[in-house]
Amino acid sequence: MSYALLLLQLFWEFLKIGIFAVGGGMATLPFLYDLGEKTAWFTSAQVLDMLAVSESTPGPIGINMATYVGYTVGGIPGAILATLGTILPGIILVILLAKMLQRFHDNKYVLGAFYGLRPASTALIAAAGISVLGESLFNPSLYEQTGNIADFFCVGPIILAAVLAFLTNFKPTKKLHPVIYIAASAVVGIVFKLGNA
Amino acid sequence: MKEYLSLFWAFVKVGGLTFGGGYAMLPILQRDIVEKHHWVTEEEVMDYYAMAQCLPGIIMINTSAFIGQHRKGTLGGFVAGFASALPSLVIITIIAAFLTAFAEYPVVQNAFAGIRACVVVLIVNAIIKLWKSAMVDWKSIVIIFLPIFLLSVFTEISPIILVVASAVAGIVITLISNKRGGEGA
Repeated sequence: MSYALLLLQLFWEFLKIGIFAVGGGMATLPFLYDLGEKTAWFTSAQVLDMLAVSESTPGPIGINMATYVGYTVGGIPGAILATLGTILPGIILVILLAKMLQRFHDNKYVLGAFYGLRPASTALIAAAGISVLGESLFNPSLYEQTGNIADFFCVGPIILAAVLAFLTNFKPTKKLHPVIYIAASAVVGIVFKLGNA
Repeated sequence: MKEYLSLFWAFVKVGGLTFGGGYAMLPILQRDIVEKHHWVTEEEVMDYYAMAQCLPGIIMINTSAFIGQHRKGTLGGFVAGFASALPSLVIITIIAAFLTAFAEYPVVQNAFAGIRACVVVLIVNAIIKLWKSAMVDWKSIVIIFLPIFLLSVFTEISPIILVVASAVAGIVITLISNKRGGEGA
């Protein structure tokens, strides 16, 4: 595929994400998984790395993810086009709707649509969460090779995740910024060689 | 022109100083846009924020576009929206270029193995928080959450179709229960 065509497809895919991902940055996650599977532009493990970077840097997660994916697929022009695709539908809608503010706010069809959209958005993110969980904490392909059940579990990452699950919900440490947990996890990963590299 | 520039710069700051988007932008909006520039009132910020959440796209960009539109019309909306996306675009491009170059290094691979475990926990926490605010009653769990969740895990159906279907289902459910409520009254 020519580079120009690739950029055009990238813009189109992110325009669709900009239109259909309702409910903030995390809502783009299931769409990115879908996109990775469909196009083979990036793997689901890469999506997780991008999410970690997006959470640790300033700016909305959705934009950070779009820029990162866009750069990975198409370099700097890709980063710009993916970001534009993600934000344009929202900006255009805002400008159109700003004029008929209240009517839109109290419309029964709009309220009804959101009654359906919020649980759906949660369901999509939860489904993506399940695949994320499987990929980072378990290793089915190694288990298939060796037949050793111990190889199915990534013990180090599982212990780390359990400790973090406790700390992020434990009152005194709950309010800490995610970037602190991410940085600490990187250090733990390096010290204990969690990537086996 | 000068007013567009100051609008642009104010929202570049909002984009660059907000970690994580969403709620995290509100303190910066309150300090800069409301108290320093007096472009909108506190109440207007909250209204715009509430509506931005209901629109597709990125909450922070939509909120910025609302305020920009309020201040300088259509062009103002575009200027504010693009300005708040700009810092991310620059910072992430630099980081992505750097990480792509060093991705094969063992130290980077080990670091990301640890980071992935952390991201899993952050996602699960985000889902729990969303669950609390999105599940208003049993109907939304049984009719929408469960089917969408199962379809998303076990089939290849595009999320776009699931999103559109759930919006339609939401309208139908609301209209039916409104009608029933009307008859009962």
